[in-house]
Amino acid sequence: MIPSVFTYKKAGSVSEALQLKAENEDSKFLAGGHSLIPTMKLRLSSPSVLIDISKIDTLRSITEEGNQIVIGSLVTHAEIVNSDVIKTKVAIMSEGASMIGDVQVRNCGTIGGSIAHADPAADWPAILKTVEATVVIEGESGKREVNVEDFFQGVFTTDLTEDEIITAIKVPVPASGTKGTYQKFMQPASRFAIVGCAAMLTISNGVCQKARVTIGGAASTSFRDLGVEKALEGKELNAQNIENASKIAGNGVQMTSSHFATNSYRQHLTKVYTQRALESLI
Amino acid sequence: MKKNITLKINGQEYTHEAEPRTLLVHFIREIEGLRGTHIGCDTSSCGACTVLIDGKSGKSCTILAVQAVGKEITTVEGLATAEGPHPIQEGFKENHGLHCGFCTPGMMLRSVELLSKNPNPTEEEIRWGISGNLCRCTGYNNIVKSIIYAGAKLRGEETPSTEPKFVE
Repeated sequence: MIPSVFTYKKAGSVSEALQLKAENEDSKFLAGGHSLIPTMKLRLSSPSVLIDISKIDTLRSITEEGNQIVIGSLVTHAEIVNSDVIKTKVAIMSEGASMIGDVQVRNCGTIGGSIAHADPAADWPAILKTVEATVVIEGESGKREVNVEDFFQGVFTTDLTEDEIITAIKVPVPASGTKGTYQKFMQPASRFAIVGCAAMLTISNGVCQKARVTIGGAASTSFRDLGVEKALEGKELNAQNIENASKIAGNGVQMTSSHFATNSYRQHLTKVYTQRALESLI
Repeated sequence: MKKNITLKINGQEYTHEAEPRTLLVHFIREIEGLRGTHIGCDTSSCGACTVLIDGKSGKSCTILAVQAVGKEITTVEGLATAEGPHPIQEGFKENHGLHCGFCTPGMMLRSVELLSKNPNPTEEEIRWGISGNLCRCTGYNNIVKSIIYAGAKLRGEETPSTEPKFVE
């Protein structure tokens, strides 16, 4: 499979990338290419211009700014797996990143590219919603920050406009006593999530102070399960309370049906993986 | 529109006219004739097209040739030296780590990166490490043994026995 013909341009800076985007109507940014190139090979996307942003070094760093970790949009999944800052401060992100695709995919794919693509079966949307991340976006008209809750709008659909670029993802460092995990039932070849659960609990004296539970893969977009969160907050974290909360996971949500899993199977897996994720945290 | 693309493969520079949409695997195989890099699934699942890019393994069916400009690419042809086969090649030979051989170049290049980052991996780390490379004939046991063998050889230790174990 070969992509259709395009013109290749390279951007050395964010401003150059934005300028090229403005000049070329039917263009797309190319970062690691691990979402875009498969899409182009299938001819689901046929941009006439590709703007390679992979050489913009300012988008490659992971830094700690105050109480936030700022991850450049060109940081690869493998770099997140191996980052000491992320491993110590928000371990759920390195754990989750280690389950994306395989080593070769993680070596090339970037966090910015993955979220711009917004595949409902991808792992980042669920994880980023649970850690309550913010997406930093730059456009011709300036810089703006969007909560991930508002960033992901549906299947392959985000808040990003044609003339904008993602420059970073900001993640607040969780309060002390917070533990998180990402667990998924994966499609065996692609490792995309059939159902994934990103759970993070702030625990004090065995009682859940704050719960964040997001389900990915199961529906047309990942969703925070507020019912489960409410059932956990203020409660003692024991097996019974976790079972009760997990039983209602995904209730009322229209699940996806595909040749990998029916909607009722995804509904079942949502409860199973929520319970497994929560149990591993106590 | 075709333009000149120069890639450094196994320490040698190759310049050839190609379209920007040329995939790295096609540049390596069809244009430069280095046929050791295979195309299996063509969807970044099977790992047969794995090459090293600046020492990191990547699937060349999902990378454009133009993306690899300025980087050091290693294919299976670049593993052996004048002194002889690379330890990973010796490992696969001694342990019967291949049957049809289709996945072997990708398996070996992935293993080279694995062992460069984790010189003494556990069997589980090896199995997860090659989980992006599919083998459809040997059932992986001999591949894992081959990597363990190569790890020992690279560490300068005595290599494990290559005698097959028979189950009573």
